Amino acid sequence: MRLLTHNMLASNVRGATTGYPLKLEAAKWVTKEVDLNADFIRGLLPKIDWRALVAATRALGLPELLPEEQPPEEEIFAEGAADVEGSAIRRIHHALLEIHVQEGSLVCPDTSRCFPIDKGIPNMMLHEDEV
Amino acid sequence: MPRPEFQAPPDVFYNESEARKYTTSSRIIEIQSRISERALELLSLPNDGVPKLLLDIGCGSGLSGETLTEHGHHWIGYDISKSMLDVALERETEGDLLLADMGQGLGLRPGVIDGAISISAVQWLCNADKSSHDPRLRLKAFFGSLYRCLARGARAVLQFYADNVKQSEMIVTFAMRAGFAGGVVVDWPHSSKAKKSYLVLTCGPPSINTLLPKGKGENGEMCSDDEDDGSSDEDGDKTVGIYERNRSKKRQKTKKNGKGKDWLLKKKEQMRRRGHDVPADTKYTGRKRKTYF
Repeated sequence: MRLLTHNMLASNVRGATTGYPLKLEAAKWVTKEVDLNADFIRGLLPKIDWRALVAATRALGLPELLPEEQPPEEEIFAEGAADVEGSAIRRIHHALLEIHVQEGSLVCPDTSRCFPIDKGIPNMMLHEDEV
Repeated sequence: MPRPEFQAPPDVFYNESEARKYTTSSRIIEIQSRISERALELLSLPNDGVPKLLLDIGCGSGLSGETLTEHGHHWIGYDISKSMLDVALERETEGDLLLADMGQGLGLRPGVIDGAISISAVQWLCNADKSSHDPRLRLKAFFGSLYRCLARGARAVLQFYADNVKQSEMIVTFAMRAGFAGGVVVDWPHSSKAKKSYLVLTCGPPSINTLLPKGKGENGEMCSDDEDDGSSDEDGDKTVGIYERNRSKKRQKTKKNGKGKDWLLKKKEQMRRRGHDVPADTKYTGRKRKTYF
């Protein structure tokens, strides 16, 4: 599971008010390289919950990857930024699309229900009494 | 062969051996990717080369997702069968996979998804595989959560095999109730094998975008042979209910007086609610047989 998906995912257990953001507890994660597409990031950025994304990177033990506050768009999409190693857009791209959580769990903030992640697939199935 | 929906719940039916077919059978692979291509075409995403974030509901082994990847899109796949998702892992699909039941709602933040496709999955919602399942509630939860997670103006294309007209009506009704605009596009309506129904839904109020595209082969043209080698195991074949015959001898005996007309009418109503094809109630319904029968 990439952090992009984690950023979109909310829990719908009975009793959860928003079920968002799910607390990430990662035991194992890997990185896989993906081509950067600035237009995709541009379209995606307004939909990203920055706080949840930063919290997720911290949970993975990467406190340096993203700043607390979202950098201004002009900085992220500055001319040629995509080619500069360590630029904001590169870091965002890396955080969203290149990190794959393999083992761990997602915890609902409202009900503390734990969804295990196995081989990179979160198990979001609910029991009958949780629907 | 009876349709999969009649055999077992999806998480049971798509076991390891069934899932294996989705890597080995070139016929299944070809049909799946052809349907996915068509679904993506009906999704009519803007042709600007910008990748989109899409959903694949009932992604299974990721065959339909591969089509999305080929077009450069990112996708999140939902499936209820662990075995199918294991196959998807083996195939190293690009999308993110989630083990989840679409009848419980999708559990996504509102307005974040650019489009959704689903290949041969929605009809499973019409089945009540557990006593706690109510098809109506499950359809409502599914379409409601789908509507919420899609961005305004985004489309969802859901290919499905309805067992009968009522089932198809039920699916469409719940989609409309969730707020979607759109309807069903039928490709090759005159062919029993190649016929495919796509529920094309648009999020938001009716506009030029919500106009339904035309189905293929609607004006009588026939599909070519290679289109026709369609999925005979998935559509067309109607089967008679065999469950009554398979009951053990002991259970076949009913009480002397039977269960009565009221009980029968209640059961028929129940089956109707689940979208099954049930004969109409007549004066013959639940009538006592003559003794010399």
